[in-house]
Amino acid sequence: MVIEKSAMAGTLESSDAQVTVEPADDLQISVSSSVLNQYGRQIKATVEATLERLEVTSGHVTVVDKGALDCTLKARVECAVFRSCDISASDVPWGGVIR
Amino acid sequence: MTQHVTRPKPEKNRLRRTMMFMNAQKPGLIKDAYIYGADTIMLDLEDAVAESQKDAARFSLYHALTTIDYGDTEVLVRINGLDTPHWQEDIRVAVAGGADGIRIAKCESAQDVKTVEEHILMAEREFGIEEGRTLIMAALESARGVVNAYEICTASDRLFGVALAGGDFRKDMRVKVTESGIDIMVARGMMLLAARAAGVQCFDTNFADFKNMEGFENEVRQNHQMGFDGKSIINPRQIRLVHQVFTPSAKEVDHAERLVRAYNEQASAGVGVFTFEGKMVDIAHVRDAQDLLKLAKASGVYHGDL
Repeated sequence: MVIEKSAMAGTLESSDAQVTVEPADDLQISVSSSVLNQYGRQIKATVEATLERLEVTSGHVTVVDKGALDCTLKARVECAVFRSCDISASDVPWGGVIR
Repeated sequence: MTQHVTRPKPEKNRLRRTMMFMNAQKPGLIKDAYIYGADTIMLDLEDAVAESQKDAARFSLYHALTTIDYGDTEVLVRINGLDTPHWQEDIRVAVAGGADGIRIAKCESAQDVKTVEEHILMAEREFGIEEGRTLIMAALESARGVVNAYEICTASDRLFGVALAGGDFRKDMRVKVTESGIDIMVARGMMLLAARAAGVQCFDTNFADFKNMEGFENEVRQNHQMGFDGKSIINPRQIRLVHQVFTPSAKEVDHAERLVRAYNEQASAGVGVFTFEGKMVDIAHVRDAQDLLKLAKASGVYHGDL
């Protein structure tokens, strides 16, 4: 998938994460987290794996983590990417690329 | 490949004393919703989720359903009304995620149930889910819905029950919440009659003022006396009381057990009506006692062999 425009998903509430994606020529992921020291690497790995699954190879992805579980991180990254392509509201491939 | 949680096949008739509503868009709520011990969790895509977040809530819901192990807790999804642009995608995600069932908001007719059923079947086929697995319950939120309760209750084999949704219903009737419950008494009665006539379960609306425990207790006791199977709740603090009221007491269990045993002895001797502890007993009492034991067993307070 190609990030076509800026989009965001998630909130800054506890146990959530706010993910912003922006179009760019290269792929950059930046993570800030209330638990960066303990989980920073794991958060980044989850975000990377999700982007890889969505075949996103370029774009700037910013994650503000508030202690989200892996499944929440995935949901927020996926939603932000789908929103950036305007395809988040219907016919989402549940169980396909979203898994 | 991610490891998926596989939920057991949903049971149409199961214990549903409490249905706790959770905003599907809030990860902090849904990640450990099951620890409170409600019989059913209702992951909400409707009123709790802002219009601009309907899409995000579905992504969050899908991963919750497939990742979080809710154990024996039933997991239902409340979809948006059929008059919105959201309900079809809501059904797709709920079925794909393996939810036990779908709650139809603002259900007004048998046709509403059939429409949802049709889309559930389409989704089951699309996602390779066993056909017929996904259950349905209908929320009656208008005068029209309550008047059509019987046709709604009999519209689908998947439908396990109906619930009253007091907020919208009161608006439709132009009444306000009363302590005695007279504002929605007729609707409760009509819905219960329809549900019993159709052989499905029946649930009461939530009690919004969760700080008023005395008012809540009165309402729960009245619900139980009227014959409801359970109640919607919005706060984990409400669970214990509902379970207490809806679970048979040790004395009731003991009495029912003795009655059923006495009947079994008499029945094998070919007797119909008989005397038990000085009172005349017929088959209806025995069925009552058997139902009570079933409820007690499901509630974990009877471990006998009847």
